Amino acid sequence: MSRVLVALSGGVDSSVAAALLVAEGHDVTGVHLKLADTPIDAPPGHGCCTLDDAQDARRTAAMLDIPFYVWDLRDAFHSEVQAPFTAAYATGTTPNPCVTCNEKVKYAALLGRARTAGFDALATGHYAQLRRAGDPVTTPGPNVTLHRAVDRQKDQSYVLYMAQPEQLAHTLLPVGGYTKPDVRDIAAKAGFRVAQKPDSYDICFIPDGDTAGYLEQHLPVSRGPIVDTDGVVLGSHDGVWRYTVGQRRGLGLNHHERRFVADVDATTNTVTIGPRDALSCAWIRIAEPRFSAVVPDVSELKVQIRAHGRAHEAAVTKDGEALHVRFLEPVYGVALGQAAVLYDRDDDRCYGGGMITDADRDAVYGPRHG
Amino acid sequence: MNVYLDHAASSTPRPQARAVLLTHLDAANGSAAHQRGQNTRAVIEEARERVAAAIGATPHEVVFTSGGTEADNLALKGIIWAARDARRTTPHLIISATEHAAVKDAAVWLAERGDATLDLVGCGPDGCIDVDQVLGLLRAETALVSVMTANNELGSINPIAELAAALAPKGVPLHTDAVQAIATLDVNVTRDQISALAASGHKFGAPQGVGFAVLRRNLPVVPLHHGGGQDRGVRSGTFATALIASVAAALDATVAERQQLVIRLNRLSDKLAANLTTLEGVRRNGPVDPTRRLASHVHLSIDDVAGELLGLRLDALGIATSGGAACSSGATTASHVLVAAGITGTPLRLSLGWDTTDNDIDTAITGLSELIPALQAHPGVWA
Repeated sequence: MSRVLVALSGGVDSSVAAALLVAEGHDVTGVHLKLADTPIDAPPGHGCCTLDDAQDARRTAAMLDIPFYVWDLRDAFHSEVQAPFTAAYATGTTPNPCVTCNEKVKYAALLGRARTAGFDALATGHYAQLRRAGDPVTTPGPNVTLHRAVDRQKDQSYVLYMAQPEQLAHTLLPVGGYTKPDVRDIAAKAGFRVAQKPDSYDICFIPDGDTAGYLEQHLPVSRGPIVDTDGVVLGSHDGVWRYTVGQRRGLGLNHHERRFVADVDATTNTVTIGPRDALSCAWIRIAEPRFSAVVPDVSELKVQIRAHGRAHEAAVTKDGEALHVRFLEPVYGVALGQAAVLYDRDDDRCYGGGMITDADRDAVYGPRHG
Repeated sequence: MNVYLDHAASSTPRPQARAVLLTHLDAANGSAAHQRGQNTRAVIEEARERVAAAIGATPHEVVFTSGGTEADNLALKGIIWAARDARRTTPHLIISATEHAAVKDAAVWLAERGDATLDLVGCGPDGCIDVDQVLGLLRAETALVSVMTANNELGSINPIAELAAALAPKGVPLHTDAVQAIATLDVNVTRDQISALAASGHKFGAPQGVGFAVLRRNLPVVPLHHGGGQDRGVRSGTFATALIASVAAALDATVAERQQLVIRLNRLSDKLAANLTTLEGVRRNGPVDPTRRLASHVHLSIDDVAGELLGLRLDALGIATSGGAACSSGATTASHVLVAAGITGTPLRLSLGWDTTDNDIDTAITGLSELIPALQAHPGVWA
């Protein structure tokens, strides 16, 4: 038996994680993190989603008869996640706030707090698996490896890539060995009110999914040109932060051909668009990678470059502190600021990864660029 | 350990309140014409008389509510809307910066809607308002001043009688949120010239879910709940007979025992504070003058300890306390009261009630005297 702090979001996954830990005989305490304030456009008279979630989390804890606390991390969430999210868009990159949140607030930082508070481990409802000598991890301890979830559709190992070995040693991911339908089934049998609660797909502080609308409230209009790959001006934009590499919709151009955002350059305030071929990318660079395991200096790995997408075969080489990733087949639509996460050849074990800080743009500008 | 020092959040129901609650559970509708209805109504009106006598009001100035929040909302919105309806100008409202959310959020809501213009008056480092500062904000259109009798976090007692006396000649009504005060403070709306007051039963030994507003005669108030008009036409809804009888019984017991209780709680809270402030990095907040703070409250600032960690450990020890006012999600958030008073450090409120014992205080002193230095010595990773 270990003393385990479980992060209860108020969703079905973390509720079942808590239930599984209790069933395994651990001494479990639940904590709900208050992260973002009520969205200002929430309809009046309807409690905000945050409050409903806190209530659901509290109910789960009560049904499991475990202590429950709510910690106010709004300041940390704002300064470590929301503000950098906006700032990153202003520099023409496409951040993944869930990765940042796991590192700075929800996982790594919370684990530090859990350890300080005397817990042996932090558990979350993330879909990813931990193994020790090939076996599923049910108690904290060293020599743990991070793997994709049994339910590949729900796998979240991507957003946990930053976990360090000593952090994995104090982490439990109870639902990673189950499929989503299994998890809902367990929740229903336990009588949890959240058993059929819809999954959240969007960024939690932008519940309507309108990222541009959110950014509009935080970033100024900054008009600049939209050009094609030859530099011909096709139109204008109101801010580079409205665009993401690979984006096709909302370009506001009358074009017969299918056009995509091929590059976003904040320094020249220019958005470059082109045909799909212009999105072709042969290599990326990760300036500050983090690993939970030693990766061979030159190796053939699988690299996942966005949260929802498959991993691509690549040769990964060290370049000082940085990593150079060369894809065996070109990939399309690589946005700077997203995380690139490294998996083994079987696309199962997660080694680590980092933010994409540079990418091949030869298809946009020709081989001389960069 | 099982020590309950969160009476400011909810106190223990008094035996007298428990007894009448059960007696009147099977009451008929107090507005019904038949004999059983009349019997119920007699219970309600007797309760009203007892509450009125205890608070220095006349019976028809007492309106039973679901609690303090409803009473505060009724006073603020009801009085401001009545003033708006009677005048051509937008009413002006003054509240203190340390008001409970039931007043503060209602006032801000009124101002955001354009139903009132709002001024907030700050407080001193002891959490008390200054009467002259309030008077300095008065305007011809000032329709209401709302200042709490005593602050729920710090226990600071405001100079309500002095303020009301200064406002009375100007014809400006004073509403006071007395929710936190009534358990240990003699509040009398006639003596203190208070125009409106809010009280909550569960802070002084009644069950949760009942309170009352005092709305003095000649003070126009627009009702918030429309319906049967049961309570003076100001508050509709079937009388909660058992709860109403219970709040009157609790208030009676409170008034009867208050002098003795205050002497005892002052001794206990001072003992608690004196022992804990010998610890490194622990300070007592609120007024230094014991006549200006509630006997029930000890508010501390603790350096170099994370509030969440302190709360977790205290709860594990079985010592129930508060890090601040609990918000809707259950998180303890940075308090506007402490910000207004310029108070830093991790806050810890220990609040005593009518059934707090010497043993409770000794146990809390022992537990906290071990816990606080231990947490300070091993701050760990928290930021």
